[in-house]
Amino acid sequence: MTTAVQARNFDEFMEGIWRQNPVFIMVLGMCPTLAVTVSAVNALSMGVATSFVLICSCALVSLMRNVTPKEVRIAVYIVIIATFVTVVDYAIQAISLALYDALGAFIQLIVVNCIILGRAEAHAAKNPPITSMINAAGMGIGFTIGLLSLGVVREILGAGTLFGVSLFGANFQPWVIMVLPPGGFFVLGSWLLLFSWWARRKEVAKNV
Amino acid sequence: MSTEIPVSVSKTTPTVAMVRTLGLVSAVCGLIIVGAYQSTFDAVADNKRIALERAVFKVIPAAKSIVEFLVLPGGAIEKKVGASDTAVGALKFYAAYDDTGKLAGIAAEGSAKGYADSVRLLYGYSPDCQCIVGVGVVSMRETPGIGDKILVDKAYLKNFVALDVKLNAELSALANEVKTVKHGTKTNPWQIDAIAGATITSRAVGRAINDSAQALLPKLVPGLDKIRSKP
Amino acid sequence: MSATIEIRSAPHVKGGYSVEKIMRHVVYSLLPVCAFFVFQYGISALASMVVITATCLLTERFFVRTGTQSGSISDFSATITGLLLALSVPPGFPLWMGVVTGFIAIALGKALFGGIGFNVFNPALVGRAFAQAAFPTAIASYTASFLPGRFTEFIPSSLAWPLMIPPETAEWLKLKQLDALAGATPLGQWKFEGIVASAVDLMTSLGGHMAVGPSPLLIIACGAYLASRRFMDWRIPAAVISSAGLVASVLYAYNPSHFPNPLFTLFSGGLMLGAIYMATDMVTSPVTSRGVWIYGGLIGLLTVVIRYFSGLPEGVMYAILFANAAMPLIERISQPAVFGAVATKKARRSAAFSLETPASTLRESKDVVIPIKVVSNNQPPKS
Repeated sequence: MTTAVQARNFDEFMEGIWRQNPVFIMVLGMCPTLAVTVSAVNALSMGVATSFVLICSCALVSLMRNVTPKEVRIAVYIVIIATFVTVVDYAIQAISLALYDALGAFIQLIVVNCIILGRAEAHAAKNPPITSMINAAGMGIGFTIGLLSLGVVREILGAGTLFGVSLFGANFQPWVIMVLPPGGFFVLGSWLLLFSWWARRKEVAKNV
Repeated sequence: MSTEIPVSVSKTTPTVAMVRTLGLVSAVCGLIIVGAYQSTFDAVADNKRIALERAVFKVIPAAKSIVEFLVLPGGAIEKKVGASDTAVGALKFYAAYDDTGKLAGIAAEGSAKGYADSVRLLYGYSPDCQCIVGVGVVSMRETPGIGDKILVDKAYLKNFVALDVKLNAELSALANEVKTVKHGTKTNPWQIDAIAGATITSRAVGRAINDSAQALLPKLVPGLDKIRSKP
Repeated sequence: MSATIEIRSAPHVKGGYSVEKIMRHVVYSLLPVCAFFVFQYGISALASMVVITATCLLTERFFVRTGTQSGSISDFSATITGLLLALSVPPGFPLWMGVVTGFIAIALGKALFGGIGFNVFNPALVGRAFAQAAFPTAIASYTASFLPGRFTEFIPSSLAWPLMIPPETAEWLKLKQLDALAGATPLGQWKFEGIVASAVDLMTSLGGHMAVGPSPLLIIACGAYLASRRFMDWRIPAAVISSAGLVASVLYAYNPSHFPNPLFTLFSGGLMLGAIYMATDMVTSPVTSRGVWIYGGLIGLLTVVIRYFSGLPEGVMYAILFANAAMPLIERISQPAVFGAVATKKARRSAAFSLETPASTLRESKDVVIPIKVVSNNQPPKS
């Protein structure tokens, strides 16, 4: 593989992680972002599940891109995405029922996550399988990072634990609001604030 | 004055191509789903059984194995077979047996409206003392830190060491309704001492047990001898 | 001889009011209330007040310095936020929670909107609402007032370690020969035990070891001073109190055994403090004369409805926050008629201009200059 190809692949990969981060830059897929990030484990599993669906469906969409007429493309994408969501649904049930209950309806709702349909339409339908898988992996990891950064803050403040490990001892006072829906909005808002403040600073520094 | 707008006239795709693609996609996806279902089926069934056993063993500590039963509306008790839907009006319960195959207790589900959503719970009934010997929550959405104290509050859990659910002489209903009372005013074994500050959730637990026990126990107790030993 | 003629545009006569002066006088009028609070609960209340106010001031200073909001530290508005917040939380509120709450109040309630004059909600209530959601147990744990030794000993929950659960005060109250019920507010006692405290005791806050805030009578007196100096719009508290009183009276007349008497409703909880000091916040209350009555009436109604029909014992905070959110709408529907304008409904509907739009006003025509909208970012001009 030539360096030019490597560089392009790396660029495709990093796009989702940083420049086009689905959570912090594009603010997509807010439904699972706010709903399941009560703990770091939930956030991580949701991120991994979404990434799996994203990568697999992008690969299949990309493979079929030359035989998909544009009139039926949305139907094709939805069928493909729904298939992999079903696979993930079974897989999580097989791995852990507790996790399945904690994530609830949001596993099935991956099917309507606009990141996935957006990637299929905007990227996978126009690029060869390897490239679109790399791009999808970047997006998936970017999404997982986004969920995890919410989940970590909410778990630490809301339960005093991180990945289930107690950080402050038994006497920790949980911030109840952090495990309730408003906490999701507060934490997401704070992260967005931090990122845009940082981006603004960088821009100012560039102009000076 | 009008500008000429170039309209892109695309060739319409022939129907055959669309049908072919959709057929191909459906076939591939169908295969993937069947494959996933087949390969996870055993693990999912195992997980479900383990989760159920764990829940039942928690409310009946002496239990070692469980059997699922149905009480039909007429009062007949029969073993539940397969995963088929229960008949209309039939009540489901789990009979738990100890390692010698003797009946250790009965577990059944109950639910009632709590503060946020319905509180579903599983309770263990001991035929020997005619009382409830344990309660576990199946699902709830109560406020963390307030309503979910019903899981951890030691004084509250003490209510369910031996909560009296004796039937009346005619075996038609409970002799005394299970009632949740204000914190610190429990005087009878059929009362539940509520958690101060979490009264609504405490009441929901009491109501769930009462409703379920009122419906199940009058039918179950007369036929209890049939299930004394493991079938 | 020559007379100087100064030529300038209106206004020519200025009142002696400034933001700083009004805020300073609000602080003055709050001082007796705070002193009474300290008299009731001793050093715990004093520490809570100092810590919360200091947090508010530091947060304000931080945001003013980083240039993200207008205003200056010397305008006393953050002091008011701090004092009101301290008065609205229990005296034994853990100090570390006070720091969190004070920071949230200024940062989330004020700085994010752009500082003084731009906030949508009363900052003190934003802080308290956050605390209510984050620490529901701590914010509901009141202690009895006028305990012996309150000037030498802290309420144990005050000094909880940061991030840790405050110790139970029930044991400590037992040592003071008081039962656990003494830690429940009169509203809580009514809601959960059905005990209605006497209105006279509630008015003075002096009836034994009651778990109440400063005396409503004192708050009314301090409010009267503010209103007489025109630092406060007297119509807002008047509207809140009369609306709450009216609704409570109607319900009491309907079923006296189920609802408490209206005087209990008026003098219990934070209704007086909320009506006089929080609802009247100049930024978050309407300015139209009819709007003021609608706004106050809404707060009174909501307070009673939340108290009587919800799971919460107290409803003043949510009522005021709700009315704050409704404030722009209230102002819109209560615009006064323009002087000289003839109020005809039909005139509004018919087009006052020719329906045939002249071509020259069309945006599409080439020579029209479309003004660019400039949005100010609330920042003080950079020197």
